[in-house]
Amino acid sequence: MIHPFKTFTGLVAPLDKDNVDTDQIIPKQFLKLIERKGFGNYLFFNWRFDERGEPRSDFILNQQKYKKASILVSRANFGCGSSREHAVWALLDYGIKTVIAESFADIFYNNAYKNGLLLITLKPEEVDEIIRKATENTLYLTVNLEEQKVLEQNGAEYRFEIPKFIKERLLAGLDEIGNTLKHESKISEYESRMKRMRPWAIPAKPTKKAPQSS
Amino acid sequence: MAKTLFEKIWDDHVIYQEEEGPVLLYVDRHYIHEVTSPQAFEGLRLAKRRVRRPDLTFATMDHNVPTTSRLIPVSDQLAALQMAALEKNCAEYGITLFSLSSPYNGIVHVIGPELGLTLPGLTIVCGDSHTSTHGAFGSIAFGIGTSEVEHVLATQCIWVEKPKLMEVVVEGSLQRGVTAKDLALSIIKKIGAGGGTGYAIEYRGETVKGLTMDERMTLCNLSIEAGARCGLIAPDEKTINYLRGRKYAPKDSAFEEAAEYWRTLKTDQGAVFDKTVKIDASPIAPQVTWGTTPAMVTDVTGVVPHPDEFEDPVERKAVERALQYMGLKPGTPITEIKVDRVFIGSCTNGRLSDLEAAAKVVKGRKVAPGVRAMVVPGSQMVKREAEERGLAKIFKEAGFEWRESGCSMCLGMNQDILAPGERCASTSNRNFEGRQGPGGRTHLVSPIMAAAAAIAGRFVDVREWSFE
Repeated sequence: MIHPFKTFTGLVAPLDKDNVDTDQIIPKQFLKLIERKGFGNYLFFNWRFDERGEPRSDFILNQQKYKKASILVSRANFGCGSSREHAVWALLDYGIKTVIAESFADIFYNNAYKNGLLLITLKPEEVDEIIRKATENTLYLTVNLEEQKVLEQNGAEYRFEIPKFIKERLLAGLDEIGNTLKHESKISEYESRMKRMRPWAIPAKPTKKAPQSS
Repeated sequence: MAKTLFEKIWDDHVIYQEEEGPVLLYVDRHYIHEVTSPQAFEGLRLAKRRVRRPDLTFATMDHNVPTTSRLIPVSDQLAALQMAALEKNCAEYGITLFSLSSPYNGIVHVIGPELGLTLPGLTIVCGDSHTSTHGAFGSIAFGIGTSEVEHVLATQCIWVEKPKLMEVVVEGSLQRGVTAKDLALSIIKKIGAGGGTGYAIEYRGETVKGLTMDERMTLCNLSIEAGARCGLIAPDEKTINYLRGRKYAPKDSAFEEAAEYWRTLKTDQGAVFDKTVKIDASPIAPQVTWGTTPAMVTDVTGVVPHPDEFEDPVERKAVERALQYMGLKPGTPITEIKVDRVFIGSCTNGRLSDLEAAAKVVKGRKVAPGVRAMVVPGSQMVKREAEERGLAKIFKEAGFEWRESGCSMCLGMNQDILAPGERCASTSNRNFEGRQGPGGRTHLVSPIMAAAAAIAGRFVDVREWSFE
């Protein structure tokens, strides 16, 4: 169950890179936790902290100006690599509510909306502009999902596209499994049809014979 | 209407279509492992939901298992806890688990095919991005996140938008010493690390038909490194022969009936793809990555590029950063790059034929002084068979460490990691910063290239070596 996404105004931190992968967002040593919370401390761990665990002053989120950021802006293919949903949990737990980028990796995109993290895809020149403004000044943006707009206080406005079903689910904060279970009868029908049409698709009772690998 | 292979399988699994947006797709196989499933089970428990089809769900431990002896307890307490949680969850919900003590344990993408669980015409999901591997059998297979794992456990379905379709048509013979890994890396170089985003890729053409099942798995495995969640190849007699007699595959007449259907699973003449990429395999050289995405790759005969060669300022900056991280100077010939470590294994290249090929290169030679080299079989079945065929002996005599199976140094969740600054020739799939350990420097290569690098202590063009 996710909370409905509400319009908010937040500080923007620029992460001016292509291909920010989920190994960077949350390194593997933190995937051993079996709960969904507490990952924010480890967000971008290897970029945020040096070998001794001291904050690296050159990393964007360590700079005083960006400490309270709740909007991250980055470049192409954000969230590529591993399917680890921990990356989304880490961003949210840290306080990031929206990521703006030129494009997002597919699995990350799904993981994000299922947890209420809004991903906004903008054109490269718009991303350029936001990165420039957020670098040169302190940039606050208002994210309005209902109207599919990102607004600057002085009036600059960026419209974005988002699949209708994702928008609806984010705004409603639905329980997706509960929603799917409303189609229970269709699933059961499909299963009985499948049993007839593709009986071989059910795993066979295992043979006892010696294992083979090739 | 002419249909693609992907559409045939897809249409067969659609339960319900929303007016606009995703379909509810039935899932035939759900593979789970210890790292991306605990929170999913926790979610089920909190909502008091059951696992709908435990008989279609299979579990293994692979991501954080130690590759040292299985007789000693797991020393990493957090990893042990995760494995215990999987054990408990599988017992509670009636799911078959190939635990550490099972002879069938191994990397999820190695054991699925090996056990005959992966079949043509199925939909397969797993909380791991390299699930694309199973597409080698002519199935729709893709990685999912933990929320989706929970959803599939509870409903045996998944909401998914139909991807666009890309065909990658490969013609021409691969040279001796050039492998499916090199082919995959050249495809990634051509279309880019995000070039396949939003697509499912069907690999087609004479070269693809000529690949063995293991090679097809390597190719499909790396689809995600081009951004494609799913890669697939039409099943043929090789696919069918591979599966016949496997532990969970259909038996006897049921198998033959299934095979009849599988033979129909191919893209019809005139079916339309959203995008076509053509590749000539014949000029491809062994590939070595020099940067921190799999698309940052070049021929073994090439040199480390100069950032100035890249016009796009963002890309140029990324190359600068990558070279700095990798400790490489522009213009350095690839064959002058020395390695400290060698890793042969992973869901990309940890199958028996990978180890066989590497062993041919290693046979009668010694690992270079100062190099630490390690072979981690993809599964316990691969391990046993490699031992029976004398491969383990060849590796050990040459100075390689011979380990138990697991994901190991591909992602470094267990003790098998690089020290900061160490440089590794690796048969795995990601050269991201810190992937194999904070500060570690990964160069992705094929198993025979990794084997040759272990012997020479630097990258060499394996085509110049004798090995048979």
